[in-house]
Amino acid sequence: MTTIWASAKANSRTKTYKDYAKPLWQRTLMTTESAVILGLILVVAYASIAVNNFASDITLYYLLRDITPILIIALPMTLIILTGDIDLSVASILALSSVTFGMMVQGGWPVPLAIIGTLVVGLVCGAINGFLVTVVGLPSLAVTIGTMAAFRGIAQGLLGTTAITTFPEEWTNLTSMKIGSTGIPVLSILVLVLIIVFAVIMHFTPFGRGIFAIGLSKEAAEFSGVNVQRTKMILFLLAGLLSALAGIYLTLKTSTARAENGTGLELTVIAAVLLGGVSIFGGKGAMHGVIAGVFLIGTIESALRLANVTSDVSRIIVGTLLVLSVISPSILAWIRGRRRPASTPGTQTQAFLAKS
Amino acid sequence: MTSTAQLTRDPAPLPPATPGPNPVARAIAAVFKRRETSIIIAILVVIAAATIVNDQFLVSKDGFRNLLLNPSIYILLSVGVAMVIITRSVDLSVSSTLGLTAYLTGRLFIDFPGIPIVAVFIAGIIAGGLLGLVNGALVAYARVPAMVITLGTMYAYRGINVAWAGSNRINPQDMPKEFTSLGTAQILSIPVLTIIAVVVVILLAWYMKNTRGGREFYALGSDPEAAQLYGLNVVKRNLIAFVLCGALAGLAGVLYAARYGTIDSAAGYGVELTAIGGAVIGGVAISGGVGTLWGAAFGAILLLTIKSALPVLGVQDFWQQAVVGVLIIGAIVLDRVLALRQHKKLITTKGASS
Repeated sequence: MTTIWASAKANSRTKTYKDYAKPLWQRTLMTTESAVILGLILVVAYASIAVNNFASDITLYYLLRDITPILIIALPMTLIILTGDIDLSVASILALSSVTFGMMVQGGWPVPLAIIGTLVVGLVCGAINGFLVTVVGLPSLAVTIGTMAAFRGIAQGLLGTTAITTFPEEWTNLTSMKIGSTGIPVLSILVLVLIIVFAVIMHFTPFGRGIFAIGLSKEAAEFSGVNVQRTKMILFLLAGLLSALAGIYLTLKTSTARAENGTGLELTVIAAVLLGGVSIFGGKGAMHGVIAGVFLIGTIESALRLANVTSDVSRIIVGTLLVLSVISPSILAWIRGRRRPASTPGTQTQAFLAKS
Repeated sequence: MTSTAQLTRDPAPLPPATPGPNPVARAIAAVFKRRETSIIIAILVVIAAATIVNDQFLVSKDGFRNLLLNPSIYILLSVGVAMVIITRSVDLSVSSTLGLTAYLTGRLFIDFPGIPIVAVFIAGIIAGGLLGLVNGALVAYARVPAMVITLGTMYAYRGINVAWAGSNRINPQDMPKEFTSLGTAQILSIPVLTIIAVVVVILLAWYMKNTRGGREFYALGSDPEAAQLYGLNVVKRNLIAFVLCGALAGLAGVLYAARYGTIDSAAGYGVELTAIGGAVIGGVAISGGVGTLWGAAFGAILLLTIKSALPVLGVQDFWQQAVVGVLIIGAIVLDRVLALRQHKKLITTKGASS
């Protein structure tokens, strides 16, 4: 280590930070996100060859319809995990929204009004989470374990084991409409708009930079003028709002409002986000990775279904993928540590500190 | 409040800012300040309310027995999860572990006719312990939050269970009578399952309170970095906590098979919320380092008592999970408020003394 520093000093031209950066192609291609996208391409390629009927517009249509709720909820979840928090209650908010939406429609509300009412319900749920996390100052894990039970419980209390299955046809048809003769559902355009909005917020606005900053260091973010509490509140509100939106979508898609809707969906969403390269410790991640993660899980599930593999196996796969995606950085670090112990950033900093 | 009682390890709390009138009053105050006491009072209130509405709830033979029997399985789960939470982790996979070991119990009886019951108990505990070991190893070696790991294993274990059991169902007649009758057997009118649960809680509570290993759980949960610097074997502690938690869930799975007789692949679905809820309501802080196993056990009893009281009190039991959720939130808010008050008190006493 010392020799490198000594030679750097001996050089007439002082090295700048740019000299320590990797080449551009490495920075863009050797990332977790690229690995996920590559994985997605490989899975799609393999499934197209190996699974009958996989490469068809019907498959694409069902795939897009199935992953829409996951995709919608993954957007705010990404931001929340980026700040180092978590929201386990999203699937329960979805269920509660689905139930209240069903009850509003059954109670004779016009559908647009019911949609607005349901979005308000989602916002209230998000506000409860946000209030407990920011104002009361509780850990989000504890809060959302509690609200996960509470919101689902209220949904069960309201509707019991019954289901509401009558919805106006023109609205349920909306979820199955396709763009022309392609297999792409019309509502995918709406989802695409949402993705773009969230990607822009996340990567190209001060608010988004603040989210990354909070995840890297809450204190440092606070000192640099990021309003940590307000940011977190907004994120939990967004999670509530979009979970309600996903709840409305799921209700219309299946024409069923039940308290059991979306059971276990929080796992799929969190798995997809972490698989997409977002660090569970916060501060690291990118939107294109998350989208690839959602598509990866969705593709695996739909390919397995087409191959007549039961959904239990895909549950094992999703669970294992989740575990693997969170431990892979540790495994990589361990392998690298074994191979080149001297080149880890930690030792470099130490050497630097020892010198100065 | 609970934290001081924990840290000093001795029943009398730190000298209060304003000394009470006499030791007896202070001792009474200390008892009433404990979380366990308030939980027991809450349990008694629920029982009293339900008994006033319908005296069958407590007085009848079945009523009394069910009050003791229903919580015993959940006590084991809550106590196991409490140990993990005290080390600042969490185990969401206990429900799936319970489901797997319950099915394993039934399968053992079917596949090995005449297998001794003790062997089945041991098999269940070991299987649970192994599943816990997987969790513990992933958490300890990969240094990843336990919540994500166990969320993953919760689905993976449940998936294994569903793949293994399929749509099969194990019925009471598939298992020997001596085993299924364990579920309702009594000694001195106390159900055997309750006795097993209480014995386990006594042993583990003693371990957590009085042994070096037990105190290290608290040290690790209070401040992991400090524990590491101090030289505690963090990996070993994490592993032990998860293995114990898994083994308890395994034992709970065997008892579940004995109690309910009918086991399918959905056995114990969603019970992790009750287990964690019981621990949190019983005063085990989710941020680690605080709480007692007794508190967790009483928290589980409170949840189950409420569950059986709801129909009696005229509330549909669909609302049960909402009650669980509200209680969890209430408990963590209470812990937060108490911690803030304690913090303020420490600052004022420090300011006064200097």
